[in-house]
Amino acid sequence: MAVTQSSVSHSFDEKENTACIAIKGRFDFSLHQQFREAYESAGTPGSYIIDLNNTTYMDSSALGMLLLLRDHAGSDNANIKLVNISTDVRKILAISNFDKLFTIS
Amino acid sequence: MQPVNEESLTVLIADDNMTDRMLLSSIVRRQGHAVITASNGQEAIEVFREQRPQLVLLDAMMPVLDGFEAAREIKRLAGEALVPIIFLTSLTEEQALVRCLDAGGDDFLAKPYNQVILAAKIKAMDRLRRLQATVLEQRDQITRHHDYLINEQRVAKAVFDQIAHSGCLDAPNVRYLQSPYALFNGDLLLAAYTPSGDMHVLLGDFTGHGLPAAVGAMPLAEVFYGMTAKGYGLTEILREMNAKLKRILPVDMFCCATLLRLSFQRCTVEVWNGGMPDGYLHRQDGSERVALVSRHLPLGVLPATRFEDRTEVWPMAPGDRLLLLSDGVIETSNAQDESFGVERLERVFDTHKDPESLFDGILQALHDFRGESRDDVSMLQLALFDAERQPPASLIYSDSGQSSPLDWSAMFEFRADTLRRFNPLPYILQLLQEIHGLRSQSGELYSVFAELYSNALEHGVLELDSALKRDTAGFAHYYTLRNHRLAALEDGYIRIHLQVSPKGAGGLLRIVVEDSGKGFDPKKVLAKPPDVHGLSGRGVNLVRQLSHSAGWSEDGRSAHVEFTWESQA
Repeated sequence: MAVTQSSVSHSFDEKENTACIAIKGRFDFSLHQQFREAYESAGTPGSYIIDLNNTTYMDSSALGMLLLLRDHAGSDNANIKLVNISTDVRKILAISNFDKLFTIS
Repeated sequence: MQPVNEESLTVLIADDNMTDRMLLSSIVRRQGHAVITASNGQEAIEVFREQRPQLVLLDAMMPVLDGFEAAREIKRLAGEALVPIIFLTSLTEEQALVRCLDAGGDDFLAKPYNQVILAAKIKAMDRLRRLQATVLEQRDQITRHHDYLINEQRVAKAVFDQIAHSGCLDAPNVRYLQSPYALFNGDLLLAAYTPSGDMHVLLGDFTGHGLPAAVGAMPLAEVFYGMTAKGYGLTEILREMNAKLKRILPVDMFCCATLLRLSFQRCTVEVWNGGMPDGYLHRQDGSERVALVSRHLPLGVLPATRFEDRTEVWPMAPGDRLLLLSDGVIETSNAQDESFGVERLERVFDTHKDPESLFDGILQALHDFRGESRDDVSMLQLALFDAERQPPASLIYSDSGQSSPLDWSAMFEFRADTLRRFNPLPYILQLLQEIHGLRSQSGELYSVFAELYSNALEHGVLELDSALKRDTAGFAHYYTLRNHRLAALEDGYIRIHLQVSPKGAGGLLRIVVEDSGKGFDPKKVLAKPPDVHGLSGRGVNLVRQLSHSAGWSEDGRSAHVEFTWESQA
């Protein structure tokens, strides 16, 4: 079984005032620290985009991390969009009904 | 003979040649080490056994027992600790050098001795020796910590089991599979009877593993058992669980859960699923498979004001089977890192039309798929009891019964705003529990009360027609309508009159439940033969069966029942 290192990368779109965080590989507890650093270093953008294009798997602690980001970004006032979601990850988000908290496209 | 200096070692030198031995001893001593000597292999073993030197310089060719044999025995005696052995040899051919290493030697030193090389080799071997000692020490430390942790888990589990097993997972209609350490996987399985003899069941899954996952289980179990025993319904219990978890858990922790109410008398199952994989209701004849889908966010995510307590109700026959699974089932993976997945699960459903064989079928399929067992899978299968079954034994009370109130009456009026969100039954039943003579009948009392109340609410205030419930589709429609109308309710009331009076050595409780609805013609309804197998009309029969006398006013807007008792319990 090939093990690829998961990673978090982030960028900032100044025109849109949006922080973009991309997750590569398995989105699980091992990315806890990196993910937090990514959104904390973004300052206070108007919105966040979480790019799951290269995300192969997501566990419940990843859902917990999304909740932490949401809390950080102002809870009900947070504007967080999850994009480029694979079928498997979409299923996990659907079971948890996270579409009630995040914009899922 | 232990050397004082930390850098200095006790070194055993074994050589049959006295000159060589003395020469080497003086070199090693000059380098700051303590020296002990032996003149053959056998002696070397004995000296080693007695004095435990930290390093051994061993001549390969010696009388009595050669260096190779001695090395093997010394390594055996040393056990896990590393005692480096450096062979002293004038041998040069490859095969002999290989034999030295095969026998357990760590290095060799050619004669004649070079002092600088010898010093460097002893130093290098000492580094290895210390490294090995550190590794062993840390390993033992980890083992001790691990044993400690396991013991803590055992104690925590024992404490938790005292709470969890106060429930009824051992009831004959329940079959389940759970790892003994499920608590530390975050999995939680609870079951308990309500006062009216229904059963509440919870399958939950906390985020994460270990202690953090186990911490939330305790308050959740307390709310579940406490409120179930007091007669609260699913929605009140869910709201309380959610509020409690939201309050105590950190933001990134929550609990996925399916909560069920099995009503044996009404033959229904009420479901709330937040974040768990689909549950399944399998019909006995294999005609239908109802998915119990997650409609909500998990418990502990939303604040109390935004929590959704909407449940779904499905009709259920005694031969039907309910199946709940943890995500461990679907996420079980094989050696190729493929997941078991929903599709494979559904294939198992298709090949096991008899719901009774499903549980074993899934276990078998999981076993075949992964080739080894996994310990974080929770599975639960539920059936209905026969409707004739008696409600469970009444609760045990600890008070003395000296202060039982015996002559009083009260009237409650619950208006629209209250009816929308509040279930008054637990409070009223709590009050009636004070009458000791009634306690042996508390199950019946609760069932009758629950029926009268839901009749008054659903058919009276909400004007729902029970004829809707004649088939499965209508059944679902009925409960959707119920939710909608209740949420939009602005007028209406339910009045509950209680009258308790002494009668001989015992007493009499008269209950009147009155509603603001349009009423019905009791003569017509009661004249109909009891509808035993249909989905509607159970309530009226149940009330007549369980109470001592029951009747309806002519306009059908108020029902009255009486319970009597012979003497104080």
